[in-house]
Amino acid sequence: MKAKNLITRIGLCLGTAALLLPARADITVKGSDTMVILAQKWAEVYMANNPSIKIQVTGGGTGTGFAALQNQQTDLCNASRKIRAKEIETCIRAFGKRPTEYRVALDGLSVYVNAENPVSELTVEQLELIFTAKIRNWKELGGPDLPITVYSRENSSGTYEFFKEHVLQGKDFAASAQTMPGTAAVLQAVAKDPKGIGYGGAAYGAGAKHLNIKKDEASPAFEPTEENVVNGAYPISRHLFIYVNPALDKGDVANYLKWIRSDEGQAVVKDVGYFPLPANLRR
Amino acid sequence: MGIQRGHRARPLEWLAERVIFTISLSAIMLILLIFIFVGREALPIFLGRMDSALIQETIPPERMNELDPEELRVYLDLSPRQFAGMDRDTLQMLMEVRQEALEEIPPEQLNDPDAHANTTAWRYLLFPHQWSDYDRPRYIWQPIGNIHKYNIVPLIVGSLKTTLIGLFFAVPISVGAAIYVSQLARPRVREIAKPTIELLSGIPSVVVGFFALLVMASVFQAVFQYETRLNAFVAGIALGFAVIPVVFSIAEDALTSVPRSYTQGALALGSSKWQAAWHIVLPAALPGVFAAVVLGFGRAIGETMIVLMVCSASVMSWSIFDSARSITTTIAAEMAEAVAGGHHYRMLFMLGAVLFAVTFVANLVGDIVIHRLKRKLEGRS
Amino acid sequence: MNRPPNPAPPDSAKSFRSERFDFASFFFTGLTGFATLLIVAILAVILLNIVVQGWESLSWRFISTIPKDNFFDPASTGVLPMIVGTTGRVFVMTIFVLPVGVITAIYLTEYAPSTSPLTRFIRAAVNNLAGVPSIVFGLFGLGFFINFVGRNLDALLDSPGPTWGQPAILWASLTLAVMTLPVVIVATEESLRAIPPGLREASLALGATKLQTILRVVLPQALPGIMTGGILAVSRAAGEVAPILFTGVAYYMANLPSKLTDQFMDLGYHVYVLSTQSPNIEQTRPILYATVLVLLMLTFALNFTAILIRARMRKKLRALG
Repeated sequence: MKAKNLITRIGLCLGTAALLLPARADITVKGSDTMVILAQKWAEVYMANNPSIKIQVTGGGTGTGFAALQNQQTDLCNASRKIRAKEIETCIRAFGKRPTEYRVALDGLSVYVNAENPVSELTVEQLELIFTAKIRNWKELGGPDLPITVYSRENSSGTYEFFKEHVLQGKDFAASAQTMPGTAAVLQAVAKDPKGIGYGGAAYGAGAKHLNIKKDEASPAFEPTEENVVNGAYPISRHLFIYVNPALDKGDVANYLKWIRSDEGQAVVKDVGYFPLPANLRR
Repeated sequence: MGIQRGHRARPLEWLAERVIFTISLSAIMLILLIFIFVGREALPIFLGRMDSALIQETIPPERMNELDPEELRVYLDLSPRQFAGMDRDTLQMLMEVRQEALEEIPPEQLNDPDAHANTTAWRYLLFPHQWSDYDRPRYIWQPIGNIHKYNIVPLIVGSLKTTLIGLFFAVPISVGAAIYVSQLARPRVREIAKPTIELLSGIPSVVVGFFALLVMASVFQAVFQYETRLNAFVAGIALGFAVIPVVFSIAEDALTSVPRSYTQGALALGSSKWQAAWHIVLPAALPGVFAAVVLGFGRAIGETMIVLMVCSASVMSWSIFDSARSITTTIAAEMAEAVAGGHHYRMLFMLGAVLFAVTFVANLVGDIVIHRLKRKLEGRS
Repeated sequence: MNRPPNPAPPDSAKSFRSERFDFASFFFTGLTGFATLLIVAILAVILLNIVVQGWESLSWRFISTIPKDNFFDPASTGVLPMIVGTTGRVFVMTIFVLPVGVITAIYLTEYAPSTSPLTRFIRAAVNNLAGVPSIVFGLFGLGFFINFVGRNLDALLDSPGPTWGQPAILWASLTLAVMTLPVVIVATEESLRAIPPGLREASLALGATKLQTILRVVLPQALPGIMTGGILAVSRAAGEVAPILFTGVAYYMANLPSKLTDQFMDLGYHVYVLSTQSPNIEQTRPILYATVLVLLMLTFALNFTAILIRARMRKKLRALG
């Protein structure tokens, strides 16, 4: 009796599992965890205006998103970095085409120091020297005679990768850099440590001072404000991307992408704490 | 025996028995499957078939016509079936992408000898290497970037460092508690203390990690006055919390299974309770305590969330007040960003396979020791 | 052991001890007692810290709300999708792990010749499975369930897009089922062995077959033990995060999962996200504590149920024996 019950139950479960071939959402979006909340907000606003469309958003990381794009497991792939040649290659192998790239938002990276630190602006080159431990004392930067404590992110984060590529010119972070599990932890550490310096999203930032950054010694320093990031004056900013299989870039998907890059879609970007695209990149 | 005879007469009975037998093999099957499927993804690394060199030999797309099909197929690393299914344009595109990959490389790296190195080779994984930009050979795990530095030694050191701190903290306490609870405490105290301590194993490790990150890290820094707030020491002590219930219950079990007659004999000869516990019971149960430590080691080295939340820098340092990145942490933190099937992905699976092998051996040793001990004690009593 | 107490040795021992204060004994008992106390204190500090701080921000609204876009905002966030996700994955896991675990235990206690090498092998495998690190199960789930079973299912069923070959509740649950299999097997075995052999013999003597005996006599008796095993497995799985990292958990989902191939949000993973990814740690601290408290209440409630059932079962068995 009992066993029979159990067996029928298992059978039923497996049966339902097999029958539950999911009704696919009209548009599926997958990729970068940094962009999940943004993508979700877009989806919500868009679905409110176009009730007939269903959009499903999941995260998992930029790499996961590209893998899903290659395996045609998703319509759109959110990416917080540019696609690599290797990933284009796997896409071509899978569907014979290069994925189409859309820039959809801007993200600025701030450099934080302790509120008591008198240093208020640095050049990108100085940042490189600090984060690779070539400069080790605040004195060399016009600050007090204190050793610098460098706070960095764990090497799996997109922020880490971006900072390494664009500020450190691909060099490794100093071995003495302390690794924090999230931007919040970096901020918290810098807020408590007068010797500290760290980096993270510009949208973050209670408790520490955001430095103004100069491209080089000759140019003026810029604050990481929306205006400066959008017009490109602030030197440490990155684009956020959406990639799509060109064969799928039609109908609803194409409309959705167009809307994301419209003024209406870009207004959402600001709500979530990123920066909208400059006017010449919208369409 | 009567049942044996019944089998032929009752096919249903026979069938049920077969089914039960088959399903019960699942445990063995699962262990095998884990071996196979974790190993399968890691195999190219073990066999040295992966090439992570930044600069690969590249043939300009214009020269496509000069290549014969077989050469082209091997160059593009396609299987004959894939190759047959592709038209000329696709092949052309693949060749262009290869060229683009070469063009993406910053010019100063083109002459860098490291850019030609296959960093997944064993000598890069295990031995220090003097990378350009560095003044001396170093152990470096830096999988992100143009040149993928995959030295696994810092991760092994990180795992051992946190695990050993955890064991140094947890073992004396849990063995002491096990002696107290099993030998010295009054029955009432024992009945309360034992389940309470075992309740510690009911706290999910992510909660222990959270507690270590938010509370312990600050308290410890205030007490010990060290530089790095999140370091191997905090992680190790937090790991200890997870290890305590494991070591305690196995040690307590081993101590309790020493026959009462041992203690009674000692007491009758005029020794005190603690003398009986220390000189008679503990030595008899020593292999069991050893097994508890070994199994605790397996638990600690395999723990992920605690170390992931508390510290994650892959620093090559034995100092307990430096950060550390363990093997488990590396897998958990980096898998999401790794390209499926790429060298980073396979490297993480390789780490998983190593971890699996280490804990497998630890468990096996612990199991065998306990088994022997029990048999010995039962045989004598 | 049932010998009448002999008053002579304890007396002499007492007088021997009272003659001079036995410092070593005092020291040793004190030290080990202190170790015990220390462990209990650690447990108490952790629990008190969480309960006191978590209780303040725990509310019905918090438990029953699906967070919209920003789950770091204490005013509008909630944990309903995480509770649903955690409960769901654990429930699906139970459906898989209970039958397999119980049947394996039945084989080991009722059928297998206890000395055969095969039995020893199965036992060794079960023990070893219990010690495999949870992150390795995660890798296994990714390599086997998603990349092998899932992908092949997709190819076989010719599904329009990837349906099976991606992280999902189903795969996370199966991974957890593999992980908790030893827990169920060990608990069931224990309860099967506690059943007096006389019961089985009586049933067989009355002409019942072995299968009938197991189904009608042995299993009903062992039911509380099996349930304990199931609950222990559930409470272990509820708090695990590492195995589901690559097999099904989602950072954020706007809707509750509705089918087995959906991803899900999870309480434990959410604790990790809140404590490491928050833009403002001071602001998120209250909801973080509340989330931890919800997770703890869930696992402890399950643990307690298991302990209660086991205690009742023991009493019942003692009465029988």
